[in-house]
Amino acid sequence: MVEDIDRDRRTRGRNVSPDFLADRAKFSRLETVRLARIAGAGHYSSSFSASELFAALYYAHMRINPGEPKWPDRDRFILSKGHAAIGLYPILADLGYFDSALLDNYTRLGSAFGDHPDMKKVPGLDFSSGSLGHGLSVAVGMALSARMQARDYRVFCMLGDGELAEGQIWEAAMSAAHFKLGSLVAIIDRNGLCIDGRTEDVMGVEPLEDRFAGFGWNTMRIDGHDFEAILAALDALPAPGEGKPTAIIADTVKGRGVAMMEGALDWHVGNLVGEDYDAVIAEIESGLKPSTIAYHGENGQ
Amino acid sequence: MTGTLDELTGQDQSDLFRGTGNQASLKTSRSERGTPASRMPAFVLGEELAELADSDDRIAVLTADLASANRTVEFQARHPQRFFDFGIAEKNMVTAAAGMAACGHIPFAATFASFLGLLCVEQIRTDCAYPNLPVRLVAHHSGIAMGFYGTSHHALEDLAMMRVIAGLTVICATDAALLRSILRASVDHPGAMYIRLGRGRDADVYDAPPPDFRFGKAIRLREGLDLTIIATGSEVRAALDAAEILSKQSGIEARVVDMHTISPLDKAEIQAAALETAAILTVEEHNITGGLGSAVAEVLVACDRVPFARHGVPDEFALIGPPAALYSHYGLHAEGVARRARGLLETGSLGR
Repeated sequence: MVEDIDRDRRTRGRNVSPDFLADRAKFSRLETVRLARIAGAGHYSSSFSASELFAALYYAHMRINPGEPKWPDRDRFILSKGHAAIGLYPILADLGYFDSALLDNYTRLGSAFGDHPDMKKVPGLDFSSGSLGHGLSVAVGMALSARMQARDYRVFCMLGDGELAEGQIWEAAMSAAHFKLGSLVAIIDRNGLCIDGRTEDVMGVEPLEDRFAGFGWNTMRIDGHDFEAILAALDALPAPGEGKPTAIIADTVKGRGVAMMEGALDWHVGNLVGEDYDAVIAEIESGLKPSTIAYHGENGQ
Repeated sequence: MTGTLDELTGQDQSDLFRGTGNQASLKTSRSERGTPASRMPAFVLGEELAELADSDDRIAVLTADLASANRTVEFQARHPQRFFDFGIAEKNMVTAAAGMAACGHIPFAATFASFLGLLCVEQIRTDCAYPNLPVRLVAHHSGIAMGFYGTSHHALEDLAMMRVIAGLTVICATDAALLRSILRASVDHPGAMYIRLGRGRDADVYDAPPPDFRFGKAIRLREGLDLTIIATGSEVRAALDAAEILSKQSGIEARVVDMHTISPLDKAEIQAAALETAAILTVEEHNITGGLGSAVAEVLVACDRVPFARHGVPDEFALIGPPAALYSHYGLHAEGVARRARGLLETGSLGR
């Protein structure tokens, strides 16, 4: 798959085939498995739930310029759920932000690439993350900067569903609506699980649409593994500028793409070795199958 | 409780939440250190930032429902498009400031020191200092300036919290003139910065912003060899007045150093004091654990032995009371500093 290589990505909503995006999501999953083996541990399942979202944003939708990572008019992406960085680094490398070979040293002493990402070390990364609950506030500041500079970039912020229990998220949600940040888009990776169990058992976050709507946001709810749905949602975003911020609630499956990890609490952090490693690589290579667990649906069930 | 009735009652705190510009509230115009009302410097934060922003479109100002108390309303009036009131949501304000800084702005985020320097420690460390972003955290009404508003509003631990954060510049504004120096120099200074202010109408030390001001370079205000008083923030005025008392009453000549920058610390100035003067006393409006005194002690352990003592608020939650009464109670006024200096010289305490 070499489609899309060397293409100018400085316009949004590029015409990229779903097959190509599926291939890039597969690539992100394969790299996640490879990098986790280098580290000896990794956040497989949190990366896998976001693979299609990463691919759609970076290869099809966001206005970016890998040849000039700090291009002032680029769309911003803040990975508030920083523990999914293992799936994002390979995409940034693939797009040309840095040499892919640097990832061979992932998490080793002195590496630029840790489990949680550092903007000062990773070209193309718009903000450091790892401490959950901060990302949406960063996005608020960036969207206010866009307004002060009269720029029309969008600010995307990917939130985990578990981190919605952090109070600062709701401070930020309130301020985004108050400041009329129509350029701000929160994408909630609604994979249903946090470390100790189902979000609805540990600390319930539903009803998400009502909650964001109650804070003054536009909301959309989509299947976060369906490229058609993801791209349609991104295409339907309001024009950047003054207006309501938008929350895209992406229903996903934690661990999607590897049957034994789908919906499994045990795989938040893990380490694949030996035959398991080879089997998982083969399973991902063979492409996405229908999920092995019931889609948790709109009420997180 | 010590202090005269006048000291105990002569502190009008009614203007704390509405700022010094609300003249109607200044019924008892008297500063806590006995400075004549006519010399009370205005809280210059908003005015100075507005002036800087006239010629620098990177500057933005954020506050958390305290625009009047910290006078950033004056910035708001001149630059409404670059002023953001985040309401009572300090953590969101600090992290949003970091987001702005990542997009080329120089945000000044101002609120009470008790909330900025304590509530927002992790946002300052992780979102501002770790990415080395030019966020300016303006922490006002530090120490016990909030007097009878109580422990929730006192900030006696913030220097300890801030000075262990790598790469964060930590500085205390001595008075209005030095605050102007700090704000001007901060614009092109790399990395994040915590700027600690007193009440905003602390008695003057400087007639005008010192032209040779530099971050990390202490200012020697008075010469003397009997001891060195190293003070920071609003205690510099008390230290200077104490030095005059010591000279007149006891013939003791004190060197007085304004150690405005707590991190990075001016180690050379401390080493010079240890080498050239007979004792060292640190004075700060902070818990004696973890602040200026501790920072100086960390330098002195590598110097030849010199009598040394830390003066500040003891390791306890401060009493409630009008500020003047509290400064008197804790000996943080000129007489109290002079008394502590004499005690140090008499006992030769090594205070370690």
